[in-house]
Amino acid sequence: MNAPLSFAELSARQRVQHLLDAGTFTEILGPAQRVVSPHLALLGVPYAFDDGVVIGSGTLQGQSVLIAAQEGEFMGGGVGEVHGAKLVGLLRRALQVRPAAVLVCAESGGVRLHEANAGLIAVSEVMRALLDVRAAGIPVVMLIGGANGCFGGMGLIARCADHVVMSDQARMSMSGPEVIESSHGVEEFDSRDRALVWRTTGGKHRFLMGDCDRLVEDDVSAFRQAAAALLGQSRALTLQGLLAEHVVLTERLARFGDCGDAMDVWHRMGVAHPEQVTDMEAAQMQGLLSGVALESL
Amino acid sequence: MEHLTYQLTGHKALPAFGAVLVGVVGSGNLEVLMEQGTDPAHCTFSINTSARGFGPIWEAVVQNFQARHQLAGVAVSINDMGATPAVVSLRLDQAAASLPSGGAA
Repeated sequence: MNAPLSFAELSARQRVQHLLDAGTFTEILGPAQRVVSPHLALLGVPYAFDDGVVIGSGTLQGQSVLIAAQEGEFMGGGVGEVHGAKLVGLLRRALQVRPAAVLVCAESGGVRLHEANAGLIAVSEVMRALLDVRAAGIPVVMLIGGANGCFGGMGLIARCADHVVMSDQARMSMSGPEVIESSHGVEEFDSRDRALVWRTTGGKHRFLMGDCDRLVEDDVSAFRQAAAALLGQSRALTLQGLLAEHVVLTERLARFGDCGDAMDVWHRMGVAHPEQVTDMEAAQMQGLLSGVALESL
Repeated sequence: MEHLTYQLTGHKALPAFGAVLVGVVGSGNLEVLMEQGTDPAHCTFSINTSARGFGPIWEAVVQNFQARHQLAGVAVSINDMGATPAVVSLRLDQAAASLPSGGAA
């Protein structure tokens, strides 16, 4: 048994190497090809040779997959024009080669603001391409475990996917904490209260709310296992499904809209000891959700 | 942003190798791409850095690297987001260690 290897601490390239079967990764548009951002140099900002995203193909437990990994250290994983085009190209390729899944290690603050409209368009193009892949019955799996979380347009993209896998440390949301605080005030959301931020946007809350399908420990082999279990597991993309999801969201707002803290939400959900949730292991959370409150609680 | 280039002689020829990339263009960090160069007698450096005015320090760092490694026929490309000279040296060494024959000093 190997010692856990923190998914959060790995670079995008390392994540790809550790998630796939050893030695099977073939990169598309690798750094030596220098398909770089046309915008950053104009602004006097250094670009990255891969524009902050690694894409390619490989196998996971012997099954062919396409994979993308965003590098959170470069521009906060921001989606620029080239970055987005690489994601779109990978998703379109899935329609041709029909992999067992498209895996996306999402770590991004959303649109790369330096590239403004080009980044916004890129995000919408990624969504459209992702939905085409889903419509073709190929599952798209989001793996979220980086320190930067998955926010803005990338949060929207993540929730378009068939499955979302998160670690406890991971965060996913639309507007980030600082954005909410600056637009609605510190009383609404104190972005410096790390515990509050993680309770509200973190993997555990997302899991309890049903926005994240699988909660895993911050261990790359746990992510690998979760991804392997989801190969070939596509979810039907139908109008009825979408309408049902709207109903769920409306009910969520009605039921929890007045809660000031995620802990209030958990309490109202029937979690016996909401104050203990933040200290629970990922495996215990599964029990909590299926209503089998553990005796140790 | 500032663009700097250096061309330093070296005598250690390497067998054919695929491009090597280490590091990330993050705050205080850099990426180093080592590829086969077109000039068999030199190691070339092409640097994009966010910090202007540090040419002499970059020159000292790449000269120090080349004095230790003596690479020939290698093209080094760097995208830098304000890494300190020590970090640059470590990244260069890390990339060199990934080259065939180890690139050891």
